[in-house]
Amino acid sequence: MEVNDIIKEENKVYCKPELLDDVHMHYCPGCSHGVIHKLLSEVISEMGITEKTVGISPVGCAVFAYNYVNVDWVEAAHGRAPAVATAISRLWPENVVFTYQGDGDMAAIGTAETIHAANRGENIVMVFVNNAIYGMTGGQMAPTTLIGQKTATTPYGRRIDLNGYPLAITKLLAELDGTCYVTRQAVHTPAAVRKTKAALKKAFQNAMAKKGTSVVEVVSTCSSGWKMTPADANEWMAQHMFEKYPLGDLKDNA
Amino acid sequence: MTEEIIIAGFGGQGVLSMGKILAYSGLMDDKEVTWMPSYGPEQRGGTANVTVIISDERISSPVLDTYDIVVALNQQSLDKFSPRVKKGGILMYDTNGIHKHPTRTDVTLLPINAMEATLELGNSKAYNMVVMGALLEAMPYKLPMENVMKGLKKSIPERHHHLLPLNQQAIEKGRTLI
Amino acid sequence: MKEEVKLMKGNEAIAHAAIRYGCDGYFGYPITPQSEVLETLEVLMPWETTGMTVLQAESEVAAINMIYGGAASGKAVMTSSSSPGISLKQEGISYMAGAELPALILNVMRGGPGLGTIQPSQADYFQATKGGGHGDYHLIVLAPSSVQEMVDFVGLGFDLSFKYRTPAMILADGIVGQMMEKVVLPEQRPRRTEEEIRRQCPWAANGRAGLRPRNVVTSLELESSKMEEINHRLQNRYREIQENETRWEELDVADADYLIVAFGSVARICAKAKDIAKEKGIKVGIVRPITLWPFPAEAVRKAAEGKKGILCVELNAGQMIEDVRLSIHDAIPVKHFGRLGGIIPSPQEVVDALEKNFIN
Repeated sequence: MEVNDIIKEENKVYCKPELLDDVHMHYCPGCSHGVIHKLLSEVISEMGITEKTVGISPVGCAVFAYNYVNVDWVEAAHGRAPAVATAISRLWPENVVFTYQGDGDMAAIGTAETIHAANRGENIVMVFVNNAIYGMTGGQMAPTTLIGQKTATTPYGRRIDLNGYPLAITKLLAELDGTCYVTRQAVHTPAAVRKTKAALKKAFQNAMAKKGTSVVEVVSTCSSGWKMTPADANEWMAQHMFEKYPLGDLKDNA
Repeated sequence: MTEEIIIAGFGGQGVLSMGKILAYSGLMDDKEVTWMPSYGPEQRGGTANVTVIISDERISSPVLDTYDIVVALNQQSLDKFSPRVKKGGILMYDTNGIHKHPTRTDVTLLPINAMEATLELGNSKAYNMVVMGALLEAMPYKLPMENVMKGLKKSIPERHHHLLPLNQQAIEKGRTLI
Repeated sequence: MKEEVKLMKGNEAIAHAAIRYGCDGYFGYPITPQSEVLETLEVLMPWETTGMTVLQAESEVAAINMIYGGAASGKAVMTSSSSPGISLKQEGISYMAGAELPALILNVMRGGPGLGTIQPSQADYFQATKGGGHGDYHLIVLAPSSVQEMVDFVGLGFDLSFKYRTPAMILADGIVGQMMEKVVLPEQRPRRTEEEIRRQCPWAANGRAGLRPRNVVTSLELESSKMEEINHRLQNRYREIQENETRWEELDVADADYLIVAFGSVARICAKAKDIAKEKGIKVGIVRPITLWPFPAEAVRKAAEGKKGILCVELNAGQMIEDVRLSIHDAIPVKHFGRLGGIIPSPQEVVDALEKNFIN
């Protein structure tokens, strides 16, 4: 078949989601953010909620999420996305509000906002991208960094006596009465990508049905920060991260 | 007309709420009013006090050096505020528990036994209204009772409105002390 | 509607005024001496009447970021706190200035530094008027001296902040917050409909209604040349505010020998001091800045012409005096009198300070 035949509409089996902008992303090769952005774009589009959706972007690598996913966005101060989302969700009850946060935003500087928004059962979606490192600032320790994991600020590996334990904040959030759905997924295989998409859809449906807070953690890679090739990073994640952060639903009351 | 008044006593004697009722009554009489609870150095020494200003004109400072009327309900308040009554002003005090009486001759001294009068009424909670009755009687500015009752009604929550007659009785009782 | 006269504490009046203005949301965290704002709102339950949202946040930090979110979506939102809590809010305030968001912030000042005292103070003048958070920005700062002005400045503050897309602050002190005075509440204004908000705030992030192009509310711009443009835009707006919105009040300035400059409740203590001084044959005039930023520099300069000296009376160690000095270029002597740590000077103390500095 000629190229011009291949690209005919009737032969189309897959395309860029309409909400994902056709621009050059600033993310590193192999980064999980791109896949998660794509899934978000698909879910919002498929649910027909583009006109109602407001995203809250964090401080961290995903600060520029607003340049890639074509919905309204508010860029929050570091860690404050759940507070920003709380207000918009309450003031615009017909809207669907989601936060998109990294591990530093969600589980270090913003722990209080994260826990209290979830504890109030705000009808929002929290998308939590956990790659166990601070990507944007150059690979420093995150609250979720594994014991022994080398980062710019744990050059000899994270030590319990110096740095404490990795924080599984999602597990903590599952304990709160305000959350209705808490799940941990990944995007390292086609099957995992499909599951994450289903999880995101469920979370957005919960928000629309005012069932409480939904948390979708996506265990992710940071090949630059981890200093690995994208393929090695996926393998390392499966080998090491899933032990501390096992995949699956932690709570589903919806 | 401007009446600059301070009511001082212990916390729990109803000083602040008496001030509020007085201020609200003035308001119902179409006056300018300011109610200022104890703040700053006055708060030291364990007394509660409130400054109430009622005037025909716009009120400037809610904080005063001297007063037209001082109502002192314990020894500490009497000691502290008797030097601060303006010449020709009124120093009213409850004699109950007072061992050192004021000696000023340039002001009108009005000792009252409000505690005894309250006990005669049989309701110790009405103490501040008895004092207020005495104050209303002594004050050169004559606040119509009709507006005092309106002020009372505005100041106390609706669920306590069945107590209005009791308060009125206490005010009338207080008036007889002057 | 008949004029509604009530006796209220300044803090209670703020709550009533917010509802009457048609405020969409209040987010706050308790701190003395302003907790009555949130308490009064919770009693009044405006969500049952006007539909206003009220929420006790988990911290001042969360509250200011809720305001940031609400403002970013085009709603009229406010928060209130007192000095230590306002320090915590500075990050969010800077973000709002950077993202050009309208909002109203009330600071009922107490004495500091640190946890300080719960008594009245004006020691946050620098923080409020010179920025407070990081970056080149200003807030519109209104200083009420009566409970009625607490009410009036809610409406004025919201109107100005929406007009210029910049946060406004009511900088009150514990005296105005805690004292009760006569107030006349404005008529109930309906809250804006969602359509009205979308029309008035076409920049707001509240969903791409009609699939309009996306709105992004952010204070981030990594390209320096663009960031410089944004800064110039802000500075131009600040100049516009200075030209159009400077407010002050004068008392007996024309035939005075001395000038007192004071703001908030202290200006009223000084008004009484003026009367006491007059009896002694000392002629005093008062300039009360109502907007602390923009500072009424030109008014102070004009009022100072031909005077023998200026006394700045503040509940701090000398903050506004710097703006007074800049206004008059040290043409005449400028002295400061202040009480610290929550102490309020009496009118007589102000007269004594005037005599000590200029007469004796």
